[in-house]
Amino acid sequence: MLDAVQIGDLVAADGVPFPPVDQEYLFQARQMQALSLAVHIPLVCFGLSFPMMVLFAELRYLRTGDPLFRTLARRWSKVMLALFAVGVVTGTILSFELGLLWPGWMASFGNVFGLGFALEGFSFFVEAIFIAVYVYGWDRLGPRAHFVSGIPVAIAGITGSLFVISVNGWMNNPREFTLLNGRAIDANPWAALFGNRFFWHEAVHMYFAGFIVAGFLIASAYAWGFLRGRRGRYERTALTIALTAAAVAAPLQILVGDWAAREVAQAQPVKLAAIEGLGQTTAGAPEHLLGWYDGQKVVYGIEIPRLLSLLAFHNPNATVQGLNVVPLADQPPVNVVRFSFQTMVGIGTLLALLSLIYFYVRFRRKRLPTSRWFYRAVIAAGPLSVVALIAGWVTTEVGRQPWIVYGVMRTSEAVTGAKGIPVGYATLVAVYIGLLAAVVWLLRRFSRVPLDSPEPGPAIPPGVADAG
Amino acid sequence: MLAEIPMVFILIGLAAYTVLAGADFGSGIWTLFPVGGRSSRAATRDFARHAMGPVWEANHVWLIFVLVVCWTAYPVAYASIVSTLTVPLFIAAVGIILRGASYALREQLEATREQRFVESVFALSSVLTPFALGAVTGAVASGRVPVGNAKGNLVTSWLNPTSVLVGILAVAVSSYLAAVYLAADARRLGQRELERDFRSRALWSGLVTGALALAGLLVVRLDARPFWNGLTSAGGLAMVGLSAAAGIVTLILVWRSRFGPARASAALAVVAIVAGWAVAQQPRFLPGLTVSQAAASRSTLIAVIVAVVIGAVVLVPSLLLLFGLFLRGRLDEGPRTGVPVLETRGAAGSRRPRLVAVFALACLLVGAGLTVLTDAGVTLAVGIVCLCACAVSAFVLATTTGETDT
Ligand code: HDD
Ligand code: HEM
Ligand code: HEM
Repeated sequence: MLDAVQIGDLVAADGVPFPPVDQEYLFQARQMQALSLAVHIPLVCFGLSFPMMVLFAELRYLRTGDPLFRTLARRWSKVMLALFAVGVVTGTILSFELGLLWPGWMASFGNVFGLGFALEGFSFFVEAIFIAVYVYGWDRLGPRAHFVSGIPVAIAGITGSLFVISVNGWMNNPREFTLLNGRAIDANPWAALFGNRFFWHEAVHMYFAGFIVAGFLIASAYAWGFLRGRRGRYERTALTIALTAAAVAAPLQILVGDWAAREVAQAQPVKLAAIEGLGQTTAGAPEHLLGWYDGQKVVYGIEIPRLLSLLAFHNPNATVQGLNVVPLADQPPVNVVRFSFQTMVGIGTLLALLSLIYFYVRFRRKRLPTSRWFYRAVIAAGPLSVVALIAGWVTTEVGRQPWIVYGVMRTSEAVTGAKGIPVGYATLVAVYIGLLAAVVWLLRRFSRVPLDSPEPGPAIPPGVADAG
Repeated sequence: MLAEIPMVFILIGLAAYTVLAGADFGSGIWTLFPVGGRSSRAATRDFARHAMGPVWEANHVWLIFVLVVCWTAYPVAYASIVSTLTVPLFIAAVGIILRGASYALREQLEATREQRFVESVFALSSVLTPFALGAVTGAVASGRVPVGNAKGNLVTSWLNPTSVLVGILAVAVSSYLAAVYLAADARRLGQRELERDFRSRALWSGLVTGALALAGLLVVRLDARPFWNGLTSAGGLAMVGLSAAAGIVTLILVWRSRFGPARASAALAVVAIVAGWAVAQQPRFLPGLTVSQAAASRSTLIAVIVAVVIGAVVLVPSLLLLFGLFLRGRLDEGPRTGVPVLETRGAAGSRRPRLVAVFALACLLVGAGLTVLTDAGVTLAVGIVCLCACAVSAFVLATTTGETDT
């Protein structure tokens, strides 16, 4: 009897395949998810951009034969491997957690978006394989073969996050399926993930963010050393590569961000209204800097007339939909979204300015800046860019609320029925604090290895050395 | 038919994970209990830690592969499993974080008090994770996961005779595999003493694992009758027999110190267990839900299959390369071996800085114009490409010219 049921037409006894449940701790579940993502995403930035910087340094070695570049690439590659290992474990947690916390989402839509994660899995496989060959192969492969073994690492870092982001793009702009009893049927996963225009701005914006975050963080470590007198040729070279990678991306990020905002205006008008705190649908809508949304409008903000219409639709008189187009229950928490967005844009503007100063000195005076204030600013830029990154994601993700799949499934319909979320949350917080401490300790340790010492990294087991 | 193919992928992934990551967990276990050997504790620990270095990350991606294929191809079954078995899965996840973090850390620690702490965390998580994942397997095998959002019992679904047994068996199998592999690695590195140690560990842990497996059959018979019936059906028996035979052959090979073939037959014994589980359960996935009923619709299944095939085309040669290099010792630590050092050729800056600068500026203007002013797909895409080209050329210009001359 059971066998007569068609593939994909599972219907449980009550007619609803995976009914939603009451979950007392929905809010904690959301926070737990957000925490894990916020821990993972800065590591992802390194996965995206660091391999390219390391390969660039090695390429310079191949071109010039200057051993300094080899030392640089080699030392960086050790850091890259350690960060990759932490990226792997935090990412593994995420892939558990998406199912553990949001089984309703998995059950109803796994058939649509799951493909993105499957492809991601292959990318990370390739990345894990070649990163091992690259980092462990420094003394074993010829110089060119070694360089080539690093190329798949860079490519896989990019494709991997491309695939994950396609899932996020789909959650924000779901399409290519039919809904039956709250569950997706007739899914067309390829088109859903990659034929989705919401995907492209997220991917590009994230890549630029990857270079900004990793570049400024690395640069801020070297700037710290600069202020303490460590300004040898090695340090100058390392600083130049990292800082330049961030500085080329930061000013352009504003243009990409503007594109992102226009896409949001089209696909998610309610999110845009939350970003700007626009209570009522308005023609020629103004933009507010700072201020507070009091449930109707922004108070205490600096108003710039017509700017919102201009930015979102390139027309100062365009009509922008307000939050009032949907009932209150369907509106995201406006102030969280707004505040995050302004944080991102504010920091993004400062980072762009810093980059322009850097380029001015670099190209006009043909040297690195000498002002101590410049290096202090670079030190601050590292952590600030992480803040901007997370603020950006909070804008996207909280702005999507109360929907897990925009306009289709509510977060409360997706959450698990299992008890004990607070216990899991507390455990995870403790574990992440430990992880953070470990990473900080590890990076300090890497930076302390003297330049002319034999390579740091996996120690030779004493037994092996004796035997040899 | 179509509905079962992703399940085959999942089983292949599970088998690979059990064999590869299992050996990895096992080597962690031996660092905690370096029992029954003559080499010093420290030497054993250093050796076991070192042996897995290069393949560690790749081994663990198999688990992710299993999860993602499962949630794409069998969404409702996956959601039922993870919501009922939240506790052991969460334990496994925490074990994986702790393990990864201590793995990254301990390479950098010398003999300090912190090191001992980190070692213990590492070893403990090496026990915890396979146990928890084994318990999950036992829960599914004994039919304790009903369809629905956390419909099963949060505790007894995984703390029951079958689950506990499979959990313990997972730990035992891991230690056994690791002992065999480490013996082979010790031989490759010419470490006589360690080789002898791990040979004897492989022998006795193999016997213990075999005994546990036999005792386990009894537990399954009492606790999970339908699963027992499956195991003792023709196909199930064949797999159980194959596993037993491969196990015995492995013991003989280890006894004779033929570690290379022993690696292979030990792996075969484990693969046969996974296959036996699948045969014993089929076509049931969860109670009242067969594999084909759980399957997603046709286009999704085809997409998964296409993705896996494309992935395999890239992955299989890469994996062969990695293990080829690893097993031939090309990724071992040690003094450099015949890698030429390049001659210094002096600075090779960009030869036409002006041209690059003009190009970067042109890209910036065109790119900015197109991205800000157009909304149509093609022009926007051209704009973004121009912006990227601007970024790359400015980067090259700034890093290859000027005073630091990097
Ligand atoms: C270092 C990081 C960083 C910086 C400097 C900026 N952004 Fe950003 N922004 C992100 C990092 C980020 C991100 C990677 O965190 C997000 C989250 C989702 C996404 O696609 O990118 C994001 C999202 C995001 C969104 C929402 C997109 C969506 O919901 O799909 C908008 C509208 C902007 N950004 C706009 C801007 C503007 C106008 C910036 C100008 C200064 C800016 N961002 C700088
Ligand atoms: C690209 C991949 C990502 C996917 C597939 C994804 C998926 C999810 C899911 C399933 C949830 C839970 C459901 C919900 O609350 O609506 C969620 C919530 C959330 N995510 Fe993401 N996420 C991604 C990236 C990120 C990143 C990198 C961050 C960085 C911090 C982030 C921040 C958040 C936040 C803050 C929430 C909670 C929103 C709320 O409950 O108010 N997301 N995300
Ligand atoms: C919900 C969201 C996410 C899940 C489930 C997830 C899952 C994972 C997993 C399982 C890994 C480890 C892969 C391995 O074993 O090699 C990983 C690493 C990685 N993830 Fe995520 N991820 C998520 C969000 C993101 C986002 C938003 C991005 C990019 C924008 C991203 C990009 C990466 C990259 C580049 C790595 C490699 C780590 C490194 O190179 O440092 N992930 N992720």
